[in-house]
Amino acid sequence: MSGERYTKDHDFLRVEDDVAIIGITDFAQSQLGDIVFVELPEPGQRVAKGGQLATIESVKAASEVYAPISGEVIEVNSALEAAPAKVNEDPLGEGWLVKLRVADAAELEELMDEDAYRAFLESEG
Amino acid sequence: MSESFAPHTHSLLEKTPLDSLHHRLGARMAPFAGYELPLHYKAGVVAEHLHTREKASLFDVSHMGQAILGGRGAAGLIERLVPADILDLAPERTRYSQLLAEDGGVLDDLMITRLPGRDERLLLVVNAAAKAQDFALLRQELPQLSLGVLAGRALVALQGPRAATALTDSLPGLDDIPFMGWRAAEFCGAGLFVSRSGYTGEDGFEISVPNHLAEAFAEALLAHPDVAPAGLGARDSLRLEAGLCLYGHDMDVTTDPVEAGLAWSIGRRRREQGGFPGFDRIRAALTDGPSRKRVGLLPQGRAPLREGAPLMAPNGGVIGRITSGGYSPTLSRPIAMGYVDSAFATLGVTLESRLRDNRVFVEVASLPFVPHRYFRGQTGKDRS
Repeated sequence: MSGERYTKDHDFLRVEDDVAIIGITDFAQSQLGDIVFVELPEPGQRVAKGGQLATIESVKAASEVYAPISGEVIEVNSALEAAPAKVNEDPLGEGWLVKLRVADAAELEELMDEDAYRAFLESEG
Repeated sequence: MSESFAPHTHSLLEKTPLDSLHHRLGARMAPFAGYELPLHYKAGVVAEHLHTREKASLFDVSHMGQAILGGRGAAGLIERLVPADILDLAPERTRYSQLLAEDGGVLDDLMITRLPGRDERLLLVVNAAAKAQDFALLRQELPQLSLGVLAGRALVALQGPRAATALTDSLPGLDDIPFMGWRAAEFCGAGLFVSRSGYTGEDGFEISVPNHLAEAFAEALLAHPDVAPAGLGARDSLRLEAGLCLYGHDMDVTTDPVEAGLAWSIGRRRREQGGFPGFDRIRAALTDGPSRKRVGLLPQGRAPLREGAPLMAPNGGVIGRITSGGYSPTLSRPIAMGYVDSAFATLGVTLESRLRDNRVFVEVASLPFVPHRYFRGQTGKDRS
């Protein structure tokens, strides 16, 4: 199982073997505006799909990131502590948030591929 | 029922005369006090904030209410509603004050300018969300005066250390207006009102311009290489750094001006003579000190604390709460303001707060967070 997946909450997953690198989409970062702080979970923490995964603080407000799939946190992007603006600059690259070990591959099937996400963005207007 | 109205909510918002300019400039618009206003432009809140501190930014504040209160004795009569010394206010000078409720709570805060001329006239600028209520109060309480609401005028703020040079490029001869001074000017044959004041802590101007010329005037200012547009996001972070109150957040009808840290705006004569709503409460607060005070707060760590967060004594109970909090682009750290029990309103005291179930230490700090840089080229007796 590999490839890129998206959620209706504008989360982004890049799946390699049984690990999902999770971030927010370029659309999401553009909506949040300048990001000034990212609160990440502890490695080793297990999260259920829909559970709280991270909090992103923009200049004006805090936004929760909910886990798009269930799994165990195996790594967090600690570079964001000093440079949270990386999420704005490169959300799909250096601005990733969390690496999760996938608990249930079937949950990935419920997510959108890039074409479906593009269509979803357009339908949202 | 409410759902069926939801799609129309957007169209119920009022637009300012600069609405199409905002869209051309790529603004992200947001609802605020019944208006659709720019939250930020393409540069983003942090860039707009820093640009204001370094050069000059143009803000659309047309949602604010503008009115002229006129008639014999207007300056003395408005003192029945506000604690500032308005009788002593010279022509072409502006003073900050508050409209007070019977118990001394703040109904709104406002700028009052004595206009020049033979007739006694006061130019008032009030908050958008409160303007209908303010104007109704003035008509009810001061029926002997005329209140002319200036619905046909936009209001823009040009703020920052380069504001004076940028403004005088379009309107020569205004760089000698003193801080909290006012001047009439002319643009394309129409009258402008120029006040040297603002809400960022920087030197700057607020300029009232007839609606039909608002866009042309804004574009003339934006043509200056040092001027960029800035939205409500930067306006809020700038005023928080400057330690200035946002009505409805840092101050409301439950707050008196003394606990809000606005005692400086109450004239000496008024403190002695009274004659404004809530005098007993305000005199007691001035004499004995208020039971709670607005203070600056420095949350430790990187995460901003927001409005509503509780403030606790070390290992103790709740002694206050945050009324404005966010991220300071100038200081690259979280800052906040709030009210605390006066026993804890001492610089350097460490309090506690909560953020998402975590304990956060918060230090009581002096305001403003970023020093004011108002124009001091001429001294005036504008702050009694």
